[in-house]
Amino acid sequence: MLSTDSDILTTAEAWVREGRGVALATVTETWGSAPRPVGSHLVIDAEGNFLGSVSGGCVEGAVVSEAIDVIGDGKLRMLEFGVADETAWQVGLSCGGRIRVLVERVS
Amino acid sequence: MKLTLLSALNTERAARRACVLVTELDSGAQRLVLENDMLREPLVSDPLWPVLRESFRSGKSGTVEQDGKALFLNVQVPPVKLVVTGAVHISQALVPMARELSLDLVVIDPRTAFASPERFPGVRLIAEWPDAALEQVPLDHYTAFVALTHDPKIDDPALEAALRSECFYVGALGSRKTHARRIERLQAAGFGADDITRIRAPIGLNIGAVSPAEIALSIVGEIVSVMRAERVAAKAAPVS
Repeated sequence: MLSTDSDILTTAEAWVREGRGVALATVTETWGSAPRPVGSHLVIDAEGNFLGSVSGGCVEGAVVSEAIDVIGDGKLRMLEFGVADETAWQVGLSCGGRIRVLVERVS
Repeated sequence: MKLTLLSALNTERAARRACVLVTELDSGAQRLVLENDMLREPLVSDPLWPVLRESFRSGKSGTVEQDGKALFLNVQVPPVKLVVTGAVHISQALVPMARELSLDLVVIDPRTAFASPERFPGVRLIAEWPDAALEQVPLDHYTAFVALTHDPKIDDPALEAALRSECFYVGALGSRKTHARRIERLQAAGFGADDITRIRAPIGLNIGAVSPAEIALSIVGEIVSVMRAERVAAKAAPVS
């Protein structure tokens, strides 16, 4: 079954209560044919476990690695992925869209 | 995000109440706005009030500018609930479709031979008459109601409750003839034309559905088209 955003936020809370380091990634803007709508979430723990999606699988790897840094230093990060962006080209938003993702620590 | 804020957000979601999480993108400062507080101070005087009202109306998240600050509004509206009268064959076919679409399905049927867990594993079943059942399942703005029993004794009280509620979708199974009789009964019960035209009948998108699964598909297709009415209208608009 697909995880709904509600499951993801509940999981984020449960993970923090278990004592895990947790970050929440949220799609804040999309342009063109982005695969997941604004407001979509990905929850990540310090070990790199994650639930949900911000792009349907294209850039999750990059978001997870940034999220681990966010868990470490507690600083908000704004990530942008799109075909015009070299990093994103490597991780590949093949749909041709662009997305902006906010990553924040939950604690 | 603070854990207390996330916890408050999850409490609102679990209670099926809408809320908006407002994040200042530069500082990361956050606050949670509850729909229930929208008509009270201090929110009524909040400069962001018109934007928040529109967010609750559309259910859409997005970024806005206020006093030179970029704010991200993450709008949390409850998951759509699908309330059905009739634990019938079409309802069984609705189960996997509702699950895939994240619709919270509730099936009401006082006939226990129909409303059995064997026929509806893992589904919220209420084997009671609609009046009693609907006390446990309030019909709100985020609810679609579907009458499927063909039996006015069961369908009509639930349909009347749905028409008195803010359900965003009301559908009733039956031929045009069946529906004409239903309209007569509803008129006798005091419902006007505005109420009656809310009922989708014949129910479902016109895909020539024959089997129970096809009818279920046409019903959920119609529910999605109402949920996404703005997108449907945008796609139908001529390209200039």
